[in-house]
Amino acid sequence: MCGSSIPRLSCVATVVFFLTAPFVTAVPALAALGEDQSSINSDQVHLKASVRSVPHQFYSVQEMETSAGTTIRQFISPQGTVFAVSWQGSAPNLEQLLGNYFEQFVAASKQQRSRRGRGIHIDDGDLVVDTGGHMRFVVGRAFLRSKTPTQVTGDEIR
Amino acid sequence: MKYARRSATAACVCALLVLSTSCGGGSTRSSGRVPASNAQAIAVNGGPQGNYANGLFTTVTVCVPGSSNCQSVSGVLVDTGSFGLRLLSSAVSTISPSLPQQKDVTGNSIFECAQFVDSVVWGPVKTADVSISGEKASSLPIQLINANTTPVPSGCKAMGPAEEDLSSLGANGILGIGFFNQDCGTACSVSGSSNPGFYYSCSGASCQITAENPSLQVQNPVGFFAEDNNGVVLQLPSTASAAKLTGTLTFGIGTQDNNALTGQQIFRPDNFGNLKTSFMGQTYAGFIDSGSNGYFFLDSATTGLANCSSSEKGFYCPSSPASLSATNTSGTSSNTVEFTIDNASDLFATNSAVAFPTLGGPDPESFDWGLPFFFGRTIYVAIEGRQTSAGSGPFWAY
Repeated sequence: MCGSSIPRLSCVATVVFFLTAPFVTAVPALAALGEDQSSINSDQVHLKASVRSVPHQFYSVQEMETSAGTTIRQFISPQGTVFAVSWQGSAPNLEQLLGNYFEQFVAASKQQRSRRGRGIHIDDGDLVVDTGGHMRFVVGRAFLRSKTPTQVTGDEIR
Repeated sequence: MKYARRSATAACVCALLVLSTSCGGGSTRSSGRVPASNAQAIAVNGGPQGNYANGLFTTVTVCVPGSSNCQSVSGVLVDTGSFGLRLLSSAVSTISPSLPQQKDVTGNSIFECAQFVDSVVWGPVKTADVSISGEKASSLPIQLINANTTPVPSGCKAMGPAEEDLSSLGANGILGIGFFNQDCGTACSVSGSSNPGFYYSCSGASCQITAENPSLQVQNPVGFFAEDNNGVVLQLPSTASAAKLTGTLTFGIGTQDNNALTGQQIFRPDNFGNLKTSFMGQTYAGFIDSGSNGYFFLDSATTGLANCSSSEKGFYCPSSPASLSATNTSGTSSNTVEFTIDNASDLFATNSAVAFPTLGGPDPESFDWGLPFFFGRTIYVAIEGRQTSAGSGPFWAY
């Protein structure tokens, strides 16, 4: 999960915090990609999920498990912006997660017409979306380069 | 699924595989004395459009239940990563109006928003007799892909891009023969927010997510066969990049002389359908999927493999071939796989090829052993709850 050559304190923190769930705190709700945390009001209700927040060195992660069994993580910058989301499990409501970027994602995936069979990799310079998995198990992530803290590498977003 | 665009020169390779499956009128299998013909030809041939890289295709015959009103459909993707038969409505246009529509107790029509990794496919759930080789699945719930008569509801569109035609699907249909009996299972049989939203009840163009009993869901055809119904065996030869590759899909495991387990290791999946794959000291969710057209794993930062530039996004493009290894484990079984990733742009520049043993790309946080993994192997896929000489499915064995 936290492999490769770059030592990442955040990965250690992820493991520690996930193993010590009593330290995490409940927060009210989540925002879509690119939105401000303070503008949040709908995701948790919409997705009917339980939520917990995990601090990291350069950002925080709000993790929730939907009742349909999908684990969703939203990565929030010190400025309070959701700069990345990730998901794993049943296919999530991507329109809810990607917010204003959903249409861009759909258009890019239809336009891509790549030889790729199953899974998507989209990179338009700012918006990056990766998906993979199989029926009944979907993994994916999306992030905005322009809003990602400079200390964070793409492979931390999972 | 997404679809290879190859040059028109490859288009001629897709005309094979016209099987002479009889449509009802001929004598069907006798009651068990004579084994069914359980071997079906499969081919990596570019598919209906001739340009699908590492797409494994076959032909199925679909009939109005209990009748000799049938249609043969070639160019159907053989997919161990999904469950159930889905066909473009346009590919069965002769008989699709005669296939019974599944309805709920209120008389509404049942439609499906089938959720794949990168897309959704939308259309009605219908019933058909489906024949493949000498095997027949009677009154099988299947999905027809058709967004024309009843538009894709917003809740389905929110899951991802809809694929509605040959151009977007790259195939005339998808034959999902992985190890689950249904495409969704018990999760879709409950009402409320935990329902993942595969099934809809439609009155005209007005559709609502509905609870669908597993027995009514779109079913793995193999589980519906009268015999040889506990799994499948896929066999493809090893190859260099090639314009065509042919192999055999055999139904049943240990049911006939041609499908016995002979000491292969057994890899049982977790509840999500994954085994464990270790790579560079870390363990990831792994799975074996003939419907994925490459080795898809991790990301450029983790693997050190360069992503391709814009023209081949979704694949790796290392500057020189990368020899890698990863280890699949499940229970006491363990197998280290050596594989090579080549530069996808260079591979696709090989004009006539549609089979690529060294094609790979990124996959977030998981290890997808796609079709190249099947080259040179015999891979068994046992269906959940079905008995074999190695115990009950689900499992992979190779």
